[in-house]
Amino acid sequence: MATAEASPAAARSDQRPPDGFRTWTTIVSLAAPVVLILIVLVVGSNAVPALRQFGPGFLIDRTWNPVKETFGALPFIFGTLITAFLGLAMALPIGVGVAVFLAEQGLERIRGVIGTGVELLAAIPSVVYGIWGLYVLAPWLLLHVSKPLSERLGSIAIFSGPARQTNLLIASIVVAIMVLPTLSSISRDVIKAVPGGLREASVALGATWWETIWKIVLPTARAGIFGATVLALGRALGETMAVTMTIGNRNDIPSSLFGPANTLASVIANEFSEATGSLYPAALIELGLVLMLVTLTVNVLALLLVRRVTRDVKL
Amino acid sequence: MNRNRRRQSGNLVARLVIYVMAGLALLPLSLVLLFTVVKGLPAITHVEFFLNTERPVGVPGAGIAHAFMGTIIMVGLASLMAIPVGVVAGVQLVEYGHGRLADGVRLACDVLVGIPSIVIGLFIYAVLVAPLHHFSAFSGSVALAVLMLPVVVRTTEGAVGLVPGALREAGMALGLARWRVALQLILPAAIPGVVTGALLAVARAAGETAPLLFTAFGNRFMNADPSKATAALPLIVYHDALTPFQDLVNTAWGAALVLVMLTLLVNLTSRAVLRRQIRMAGRI
Repeated sequence: MATAEASPAAARSDQRPPDGFRTWTTIVSLAAPVVLILIVLVVGSNAVPALRQFGPGFLIDRTWNPVKETFGALPFIFGTLITAFLGLAMALPIGVGVAVFLAEQGLERIRGVIGTGVELLAAIPSVVYGIWGLYVLAPWLLLHVSKPLSERLGSIAIFSGPARQTNLLIASIVVAIMVLPTLSSISRDVIKAVPGGLREASVALGATWWETIWKIVLPTARAGIFGATVLALGRALGETMAVTMTIGNRNDIPSSLFGPANTLASVIANEFSEATGSLYPAALIELGLVLMLVTLTVNVLALLLVRRVTRDVKL
Repeated sequence: MNRNRRRQSGNLVARLVIYVMAGLALLPLSLVLLFTVVKGLPAITHVEFFLNTERPVGVPGAGIAHAFMGTIIMVGLASLMAIPVGVVAGVQLVEYGHGRLADGVRLACDVLVGIPSIVIGLFIYAVLVAPLHHFSAFSGSVALAVLMLPVVVRTTEGAVGLVPGALREAGMALGLARWRVALQLILPAAIPGVVTGALLAVARAAGETAPLLFTAFGNRFMNADPSKATAALPLIVYHDALTPFQDLVNTAWGAALVLVMLTLLVNLTSRAVLRRQIRMAGRI
């Protein structure tokens, strides 16, 4: 905002008579905001029948019964939050570790390979993670992790019950893989932006490499890494196809990590094309509305955070 | 002395852990690629896979030509909608992007990128599918265009922003109109970056499934009519992978391999082009 006065080019163009090029390009550039507003309005208005029928109780109701037309979002909100947070918890240490590695000097070749490798994870289509999770990861986990754990530690609640091939845990792992590139590439940029003087001062005082990272670099980059985490949370909450294919699609709150569940996105993907009547689709659209509002809030927060951090660093 | 030795060994352990983590981060990519190639290769080594359409289970010679066709039509239409608008908007953000409004446009793009694609599917269903009472390739392509638009805007802005300001000043000093400077001088100089940005958006759109579920819907037959339901590569992966028939699951793996090769190819080339452009911009 301050740049408008600071930039001479802008000041000059403002003094000129209104030019047509500026007007029509500005109109075209409004396409994205207009679409965004339309999405919010259309999804909101199509959820109205369900909003009217169930009110705020929709968010805390546990039953999802299309036959009796009683709909509650709680199992899906639960599934969404668990997969997203569990996925983040797995991805965060590795993502920051990779970022620390990538932000170091030297070994450019290896760093290039690992950096590209992690970023390519973001390029692979979600549905490919889905089929991989379903046919490769799920059987392996069932045999080597879920089954032994549920047999030996079944008395602990989160490991209880029969282990299923598609379950909450696998969906969380797939989500963790999918948010890894977001986490590591933003964290790398933030860590790289930490002023070199701080590192040098720390090393000059006799701190080891790790002490410099742990006590100086990471605390300085904390806000940015937090921003990256929130951005990754936004991705994790909205992840659809891979989760739909691996979570097991059961419309209830599972008692264990190895039980099937459903998320807001996955239940829409699964049921929307079969939803008949007027209330059932509206209820699914309301789930979409909840999902959209949550991701919107999370994303705006993250963007503001990341933006402020990178601006502060530049100063 | 003892304390220092402990600090040194702690340092060593931490360094080791960081290196192991960095190595571990390559594991998922290698595993996904490995299994997609191993399981998909048997399907795509038959030429019929690219020539035929779906066959009943048990009949050999099933292919994904109809899905190829659908993906090409939908991504093509989506590109026609999203790329011109996105490029112009990106240029606008560089040329006039100092005000509140431009900041709002940037924020809207960044937020739009973060909206779950399934919600965009619901949106297009409500706007284009429900009122017309049938699924269509056109509605699918609009959904993909919504996904592509913010990506094209931001990558164009990035690429055009790399063009040295001296070029713009030179053009203006020669008395060229602003639109000539922007579209005939600056934009051509940024073309490699703009094209790769657009290609990345195309690759992303080609792999999207969620927004097509209730718009393009899928189709077992060849279809080139944009007003009818249409198959797409990611839809094939999703639908066929969830069937109990090994034939169909193999087809799904084959389609997944094609998708992965497509996206990796586009990503790796665009990376190389972008790197070159940044290096060239630095030299000027």
